[in-house]
Amino acid sequence: MSDGRDSQDPAEQLVGIVLVSHSAAVASSVAELAKGLVGGGATAPVAPAGGTEDGGLGTSAELVAAAAAAVDRGAGVAVLTDLGSAVLTVKALLAEGDELPARTRLVDAPFVEGAVAAVVTASAGADLAAVEAAAGEAYAYRKE
Amino acid sequence: MLDTDFFRRWMTATAAAVDREAERLTALDSPIGDADHGSNLQRGFTAVVATLEKEAPGTPGTVLVLAGRQLISTVGGASGPLYGTLLRRTGKALGEAAEVGEEQFADALRAGVDAVMALGGAAPGDKTMVDALVPAVDALGDSFTAAGAAAEQGAEATTALQARKGRASYLGERSIGHQDPGATSSALLIAALLEAAEDSGASGE
Repeated sequence: MSDGRDSQDPAEQLVGIVLVSHSAAVASSVAELAKGLVGGGATAPVAPAGGTEDGGLGTSAELVAAAAAAVDRGAGVAVLTDLGSAVLTVKALLAEGDELPARTRLVDAPFVEGAVAAVVTASAGADLAAVEAAAGEAYAYRKE
Repeated sequence: MLDTDFFRRWMTATAAAVDREAERLTALDSPIGDADHGSNLQRGFTAVVATLEKEAPGTPGTVLVLAGRQLISTVGGASGPLYGTLLRRTGKALGEAAEVGEEQFADALRAGVDAVMALGGAAPGDKTMVDALVPAVDALGDSFTAAGAAAEQGAEATTALQARKGRASYLGERSIGHQDPGATSSALLIAALLEAAEDSGASGE
């Protein structure tokens, strides 16, 4: 990163990323894709929370909360979602107050492109606000 | 006055109504949704009844907060966080009181409905549960009977509407002509208030 942060600094913890999709396969595949594009060096903690607990399509509050706890290193957690119940479940959990780690944010970003931007940025040692901004900027990437 | 038992009966009566109507809710969710509304709510309210029996919350507010949290955890679809937020926010608005007046309950339910609109971004006319809940809350000052009728009418009136929220909105004009499953289940929730009041012989009217 050009901001001079050093992710090797033991005091510097990486932002965690949670990927919430209606489909377990989509969440874990996007996590794998994003981590694969990080390159060398440290990789930010990433956890998928896909589908329902019984393996169906949908959103599980339990899986989301467990994934957020698993990636929380104290630097904040950025949550990216696909649509519908994934968005609403994360919002409802955030409104609950104590279900997700402190400094957990629902990031408004496209799921795949945003996940790649978030994981790459977080792995470089960026703080939560910078990770959120990078993921959101993925909306501006046109394909026409 | 409405006591803790009333609110427990409300949840039990809603669970029974959802059980009874689960197939109809899922059938309504087939043409414009993903055909899981009945089974999702059935799973959710079954878990609500079980958790209320197990934890035996001691105030009206805690009954609804616990029920709401359980719905968010177990439903698996968008109706989980939406109904969960409705009940939880209503419960929080009731505070710690051991009994609440009907007017206080009406105010609390309005706070819950407002929270649903904020969470889902839906307004009246968008063909959602809001179309049953808003008229129900408006009529709740009169009686549970009036609220039940208003919710039912609101749900039926969604048939003519075009969906502007959720998966049904992808269908555009093709969503017209189908009654909204969320508004339909919301009418069941409101109708269960009267059942809960009648079961005790308490007024509510």
